[in-house]
Amino acid sequence: MNSLYEAVIGLEVHAQLLTETKIFCGCSTNFGNPPNTNVCLVCLGHPGALPVLNQKVVEFAVKMGLATDCTINRNSIFARKNYFYPDLPKGYQISQFEKPICEFGKLVVVKNDGSMKEIQIKRIHMEEDAGKSIHDQEETTLIDINRCGTPLLEIVSEPDMNSAEEAYLYLSKLRQIITYLGICDGNMEEGSFRCDANVSVRLKGESQLGTKAEIKNMNSFRNVEKAIEFEIKRQIEILEDGGKIIQQTLLWNAEQNIALPMRSKEEAHDYRYFPDPDLMPVEVDEIWKSEIEKKIPELPDTRCKRFIEQFNLPNYDAGILTSSKELADYFEKVTEVTTDYKSASNWIMTEVLKVLSEGKIGISQFIISPVNLGNLIVLINNKTISIKIAKEVFLEMLKSNQEPDTIIKDKNLLQISDTTEIETIIDKVITANPKDVQEFLSGKEKVIGFFVGQVMKESKGKANPQIVNELLKKKLSQQK
Amino acid sequence: MLQYKNHFQKLELLRANKLSLKKNVQDFLTSIAKSKNLNAFNFVFEDCLDNAEIIQKKIITGEAGKLAGMVIAIKDVLSIKDKPLTCSSKILGNFNSIYTATAVQKLINQDAIIIGKTNCDEFAMGSSNENSAFGPVLNPHDNSKVPGGSSGGSAVSVAAKLCDAALGTDTGGSIRQPAAFCGVFGLKPTYGKVSRFGLTAYGSSFDTIGPFSNSVEDTALILEVISGKDEKDSTSAESEKINYSNSLTTDKKFKIGIPKEFFGAGLNQEINVAIHNILNKLKSEGHEIIDVSLPLSEYSIPTYYILATAEASSNLARYDGAHFGFRSKDTPNLKELYTNSRTEGFGKEVKRRIMLGTYVLSAGYYDAYYNKAQKVRRLLKESYDKVFKNVEIILTPTTPTTAFNLGEKSNDPLEMYLTDIYTTSANLVGIPGMNIPVGFDNKKMPIGMQLMANQFNEIAILQLGKVISEL
Repeated sequence: MNSLYEAVIGLEVHAQLLTETKIFCGCSTNFGNPPNTNVCLVCLGHPGALPVLNQKVVEFAVKMGLATDCTINRNSIFARKNYFYPDLPKGYQISQFEKPICEFGKLVVVKNDGSMKEIQIKRIHMEEDAGKSIHDQEETTLIDINRCGTPLLEIVSEPDMNSAEEAYLYLSKLRQIITYLGICDGNMEEGSFRCDANVSVRLKGESQLGTKAEIKNMNSFRNVEKAIEFEIKRQIEILEDGGKIIQQTLLWNAEQNIALPMRSKEEAHDYRYFPDPDLMPVEVDEIWKSEIEKKIPELPDTRCKRFIEQFNLPNYDAGILTSSKELADYFEKVTEVTTDYKSASNWIMTEVLKVLSEGKIGISQFIISPVNLGNLIVLINNKTISIKIAKEVFLEMLKSNQEPDTIIKDKNLLQISDTTEIETIIDKVITANPKDVQEFLSGKEKVIGFFVGQVMKESKGKANPQIVNELLKKKLSQQK
Repeated sequence: MLQYKNHFQKLELLRANKLSLKKNVQDFLTSIAKSKNLNAFNFVFEDCLDNAEIIQKKIITGEAGKLAGMVIAIKDVLSIKDKPLTCSSKILGNFNSIYTATAVQKLINQDAIIIGKTNCDEFAMGSSNENSAFGPVLNPHDNSKVPGGSSGGSAVSVAAKLCDAALGTDTGGSIRQPAAFCGVFGLKPTYGKVSRFGLTAYGSSFDTIGPFSNSVEDTALILEVISGKDEKDSTSAESEKINYSNSLTTDKKFKIGIPKEFFGAGLNQEINVAIHNILNKLKSEGHEIIDVSLPLSEYSIPTYYILATAEASSNLARYDGAHFGFRSKDTPNLKELYTNSRTEGFGKEVKRRIMLGTYVLSAGYYDAYYNKAQKVRRLLKESYDKVFKNVEIILTPTTPTTAFNLGEKSNDPLEMYLTDIYTTSANLVGIPGMNIPVGFDNKKMPIGMQLMANQFNEIAILQLGKVISEL
C-alpha cells in the first residue's frame, strides 16, 4: 500500500439467528426444506396478516449487544424499509431504523504484530430476511419464500478499521463471539453470516473521509480480506492518476478476484423508512436484561485469560484452544481426565486439528471423545505405551472409536519393559548386522540409532525405547 | 317488516318457535335480491341457510351462543376462510382468503349467521362508496344520494333491513359517516379494542372494526363479542371485560362536552337544530352540558390524510401482481409487471392516496410532513385528554351535511375529504365514537349525531346512546 494513504473501512454484518421459528410468525427456520413449504399467511404477506414478534430474537440481540459492550436501549422501534422486489412479498422489510435495540459497542482485536486495536460498534438491530430469487431458469425467475422472515441481526461498525487485516480480525472476532453465544452458526459460505464493506481512502493526516464504495458478495473470510485489499489499491490508483472516486456498490467476483460495479439502477433507492404501526415498541427492562445477561456464557477473551492462568498454557495455545467455544469445551473435558494440560493442548493443536482440517469438519463431528483422548495421554504418562504407539492408537481410535485400553489389549501394544525379552531381540539384531557392529566398534557411535530402529521394528514399536537404548549400548560394547 | 327491534327480542321469538330462523334468513336473502339496485353486497352466501335450522335447535335447547341467529353482513375488507376478499378492488382479482379474521370468527363462534360481504370504497378509501370496482352503493332513503363511505354497503344493508347487523371498518370515519347518512347506529371502538387480524390494512394505526345495527342493544352485544386482546395482533389491547348489553340502563347523569369547533361555519343548519333539540332534552333530564374547546380540530383532516396515506402507501405495496390477485397481461419485464398490474388494478382514489403517502415519506419531505403530522397527532391527543378530565362524553354532529348526491363531489377530492371533518379526530386520538340517528332533514335524509368518549369508555357512549335513543 502506498504509504501516503490510509484506508478507512467499516463493516456491516448480517447474522442469521438460530431461533426455531421466524421473527414474526410461527414458521420453521429450518434450512433446506422444499421451496415454499416453511410459509404461512404472515410471511406470504396475505391481506390482513399481522406480525407478532418472536421474543427469542430480542433475547439474542440483547446477548450480542451485552457481549460487545453495547448500550441496550430500553425502548426500540421496528420500522418498515419499503422497496419492491419479488422475494419480498409485503413490499417492505421490517427492520429497525431510528431506534435500534443496541448502540455504542466495541470490541478489541489483537493484530499480527501484537498490537491491540479497539473497534467501535455503531449499532446492532433486528430485522427479517427476504426470500430467495432463483435465476437459473431459462426465462422465468423462481421465488422461494422459505427464508423470508428468518431473523437477522445487522451489526454495523464505525469506520474504525484501516487495513484488510483489521477488517479480517474484527470479522473473526464478531464471529467468535456470536458463535460462543450460540445465536448464529457463523457460516459465511452458506450465507448465515454475511458481510458488506464500506471502503474509502484518504491521505494520511486528512480529517475528512474520502468517498466510499460498498463491496458486497464476499462469501468467505479470505474473500473479505482480498476484496478490501483490491478496493484500497483500486482507489489509491485512481487518486494517484488524478481521478475521483465515485460512490457506488461493487460486487466481489471470487473467481476473477475483482470487484465490479453493480448496475446503478439497482442501487437508487429511497426506502421511505417509517415506524411500523403493526408492532409495539420493544421494551427491554432491567429485569429482563439481567435475566438475559445471566444466560451469557464465558466469552472468548475471558476464557483465554483463564486458560493461561488455570492451565498454565502459553498465550498462543490458549488463543487457539479458545478460538471456538466447542474446542475450548473439548479441551476442558480432556483436563478432567489428565492434569498434563500442556500435553492435552499439544495433542489438540497438532493431531486433533490436523484431522479436523483434513476432513473439513468441526470439533463437534470429531469421533474421539475428550475422555478417550485424556485416557490416551494418561497411558503415555504412566509409561503403558510410548508416544509412538500412542499415535498408532490414536489412528485406530479414529477408525474404530474404541477406548485406548481396548485397542492396546486387542492389538497387543503394551510396552515391553521386560529386559530378558528385549535382550533376546537385541541379540538377534546384532547377529544379523555384523557390519554395523564393526562400524560402531570403530567409533561411529551414531550407528546406535540404526540399531534402536531395528529393535523397535522387531518389537513392533512396543519395546520401551529407554531400556532399548541402555541395553544396546551395553551389548554392543560387549562385542569388543 | 321485522317482528323484532333487537336481538334479545329475536332470540325470544326463536326460542318460543314464533319465528323460524330459516324463514327469517330466507326473507333476508329475498330482500337482498329485490334490492339489488342498491348494490350493497359484493357476495351473498346463499348457503348460510344451511345453518339456520341447526342454530334454531341450539337456541331451543339452550346451547346456542350470544349471537345465535343474528344475521350479519361483513364488509369486504375482512377475511373469511375460503370466501372471496376483494376490498372492492380489481387488483385482488379472484383472491380467496385462506383464514378468517378474528372479529368474524368471534361472531361465528357465537352462532351468528354470516350472510355475505358488503360493498365498500376500494381498500376502504372514500367517503361516498363511489370508489368501488363493483360500482357505487345507493342510499336506500333516496337512490340519487350516496350512502357515505367507506363502509357504505354495510350501512345500507342494515338501513334497508337486508340483515340484522353488519361489520364495517373505520379509519377516518368510515363507520360513523355512512351510519349517519343511512340513519343507523354505527360504532367505531377504541383503537386496539377489536383485533385487526384479518382486516386488510389501510392505515394500520387508525384502522378499527365495529358494528352497524338498528339498536344500541345490538351494537353493545356485538361489541362485547368481537372485542378483546388477540395474540395475533400486537396492537390489540387488554381492557376491562364489560357485559355491555346488560349494562346499558343507568340513572347516571352525564357531563357532556360540546366543542365549539364542531359547530362552526360549514355545519348544515338543520343538523345544528336537530342536535340542539337533543341537547335541550338532555339538559332537562338533568345531564350537564358543558362548552369545551378542541382548538386543534382544524388540523385533523390534513394530519389524518398525511399519516393514513403514508401507512397506506406501504400497506398496499404487496398488491404488485407478483404473488396473488390481479396481474396485468402486459408483463415484458419485472418493472412493467409491477407498473402495469398496479396501474390497471387500482382505482383512481387509491392511486391518489398511494402517491400522496409515498410523497410524504420521501427523503427530504419526511420531517416536513410525516414527522410534523405525528407531532400534531400527539398534541391532539393531549387536548382530548385535557377535555376528558372535565367531561365524560364529547357530543358533536357526525357529518357537516346529510347525504349528498351521487357524483356531486367525486371530481373534487378535497371537498370529499372535508366530509370526514368531524370523524377523523377520533381515529387520530384512538378514542371510540358512535353515530346515533337523531331524525331527518326536510328532504327526509337521516341526520346523525356523534358521541365520543375516552379510550375504552365505550360503555359511557352506549349508556348515553340508549338514553338519547329513548328520548
